[in-house]
Amino acid sequence: MFTASLLAVSLIDVGWILASLLALFVGLSIVVLSLVWLERKALGRLQRRLGPTRTGPMGLMQPIADALKLVIKEDILPSASDKAIFWVAPVIVVVSAFMIWVTIPASQDLVIKNLELGLFYITAFAVLGILGLVLAGWGSANKYGVLGGLRSAAQLISYEIPVIMVVVAVGMLAQSLDLRVIVASQNPVLYVAVLPLGLVIFFIAGLAEVGRTPFDIYHAESEVVGGPFVEYSGAHWAVFFLAEYINTFAIAALAALLFLGGWLGPFLPGVVWFLLKVYALVLVVFWIRGTFPRLRIDQLMAFAWKVMVPLAFYTIVITAIYLFYDWPFWSLTLMSLGGLGVVGYLLYRRLTGPARRVAEVKARQEQQSAQRRAANRARGGLAGVK
Amino acid sequence: MVEVSSTIHPDDQSVELLLNMGPQHPSTHGVFRMVLQIDGEKILDVEPHIGYLHRGSEKICEGEQYHQIITLFDRLDYVANFNNELVYCQAVEKLMDLTVPERAEYVRVILCELNRIASHLLYVGTIGLDAGAMTPTMFAFRGRERIQALFEAVSGARMMHNYFRIGGLKEDLPDNFEQMIRELLPLLSEDIEESDKIITFNEIFISRTKDVGLISAEEAIDYGLTGPCLRGCGYEYDVRKAEPYSVYDRFAFEVPVGLDGDCWDRHWVRVQEMYQSMDIIVQALEQMPEGPVTSSLGRRLIRPPAGEVYVRAENPRGEIGVYLVSQGTDRPYRLKVRPPSFCNLSALKRLLKDAWVADSVVILGSLDIVLGEVDR
Repeated sequence: MFTASLLAVSLIDVGWILASLLALFVGLSIVVLSLVWLERKALGRLQRRLGPTRTGPMGLMQPIADALKLVIKEDILPSASDKAIFWVAPVIVVVSAFMIWVTIPASQDLVIKNLELGLFYITAFAVLGILGLVLAGWGSANKYGVLGGLRSAAQLISYEIPVIMVVVAVGMLAQSLDLRVIVASQNPVLYVAVLPLGLVIFFIAGLAEVGRTPFDIYHAESEVVGGPFVEYSGAHWAVFFLAEYINTFAIAALAALLFLGGWLGPFLPGVVWFLLKVYALVLVVFWIRGTFPRLRIDQLMAFAWKVMVPLAFYTIVITAIYLFYDWPFWSLTLMSLGGLGVVGYLLYRRLTGPARRVAEVKARQEQQSAQRRAANRARGGLAGVK
Repeated sequence: MVEVSSTIHPDDQSVELLLNMGPQHPSTHGVFRMVLQIDGEKILDVEPHIGYLHRGSEKICEGEQYHQIITLFDRLDYVANFNNELVYCQAVEKLMDLTVPERAEYVRVILCELNRIASHLLYVGTIGLDAGAMTPTMFAFRGRERIQALFEAVSGARMMHNYFRIGGLKEDLPDNFEQMIRELLPLLSEDIEESDKIITFNEIFISRTKDVGLISAEEAIDYGLTGPCLRGCGYEYDVRKAEPYSVYDRFAFEVPVGLDGDCWDRHWVRVQEMYQSMDIIVQALEQMPEGPVTSSLGRRLIRPPAGEVYVRAENPRGEIGVYLVSQGTDRPYRLKVRPPSFCNLSALKRLLKDAWVADSVVILGSLDIVLGEVDR
């Protein structure tokens, strides 16, 4: 009797877990397809072209065509590779990317399994993905792969620290690591107003975490030709691709949950607000990709350890001061903005160190072009030619 | 293979890695191959390998008639075809002491300067890709497409035009050329400005290229660098000014020079040259006379008198030289090309010393080589 009921309960549980995992897989696949389409379209518009147009209305079927092409391609196994590692690496990457989403709520009730230590769980699984990248680089027995894998290890571990520090600061503010509690505690004032510095650090370090421009150093195609992914093809490469987009979406979702109030918002249903915020942040990621070149590895590491990590510690300290003295929330905003301003100014000075010499050249250039225009006008030259 | 020195890290167990870059690497600009000896992310030494595109052009020239060689010159620096045709035609004209009709000279200058802009736009696109930015490529290639459409209207081909002839041109410009170029120029200056603005003063681009690949003017001259690579060091040398050929002495234009001789200065010089070329085109259009475009030579088979001649010209990549020896037959006895890309590439080993792996592609990109010319 007792064992029978236990069996029934666990069967229901197993059924529930399987069903929700299936839903998660389908949902995230749809999200990835939408992101691929959105990225190609957004980049196209940024670059004054159309993006995909031939596959379905507005090229909407393009991601499906891409996915089909990848799946039916030959999957090549390099003869020199370490086969076990080569096969298992993409699985580690994609499983950790999927597992993060188990506990990310899309609205108050739309979550597979809400955990009280949700943020802890998420950061733990985010670190796990690095292992897959390093293994992929090592297992493919390719020098570019090894170089890319080592770059990814250095980069992702360095940027993990500021991400965790900011998460801790937010946890201190909400007095919880439960994402639903964190969102609920942002009801009158969003954390972006309280801790703007936190959002900036989280978003930049998040970009580095998922290897998007300008931090796409470990798979830089013009240097290490795809890094850890260089030997992968067909479905295995598609799995990495899938994981990258899921991670991008996860970082945007976490930024929306931790700082932009997740599903909070008037009039519209919670899920719609959540998706709106997340897609807006994802569009910012694509915008950055369309604008910036890539940093160099030493600049990247210097930025992590000299700027991001101290700033993240500063965030924790000001949060602790604010909580200890129980000041009004705008005091934290001021301290946060102060930190942002100081560091921004220092960075500006440092970045524009070479730029000051450049400015001299620029002034000369502008002077010359002004002279040219004047001379052109004096000659009555072609209208519109500068 | 390069010698591996074992004294770099006496304490720890780190070893150097030989990294083969190319000939199928996406940012070696064609089929260039370099073997990097790296320690972590630092380059200790580099061994460049060329010759994957070697076609024996100079030898083939000895077996072709003078008019047939023009098409071989199209295939040297295949992104600056008109400039190559010009220098070869000038060599033969100098040998035969031919006078080219005024109008043909002006048409040549306009097309060459347009080709210089097209070539530099390609450079802006590729340096963007090398530094990891994808948008400059799109902006720059739009302008390049416009120029190539004009070239197609003029010569019938987007590349490999075969339009210049010894003593003039194949035929006069199309009737609506005036209208086409007047429509093209404002759009083109917009494209140049756009692709300049998106990358030249970008903070990340500056930090990637400033003080990277530094070389002093003296050293640059020692290595035989010419063109933007030399002018980037602050040394003002441009064949169009130093030894004016064609009708270049009739135009007012400046020679932009850099300050320090790093990758950013080379980039800046190229961008400024595009503005200067626009200037030259506008002036040439205003001064262009009417008249014939072919010399009295017509389409006859030519036999230049026996003798030798060396002619140089300013290509987008630097100084191109042609040494031509004739024995009075219908084919040259010997033809030697001094390709700017090949000479500029000789400084690569020096520039890559102690650079980062990521810098290697930026430095190579800033030399702006075309392998068709390096390998010939």
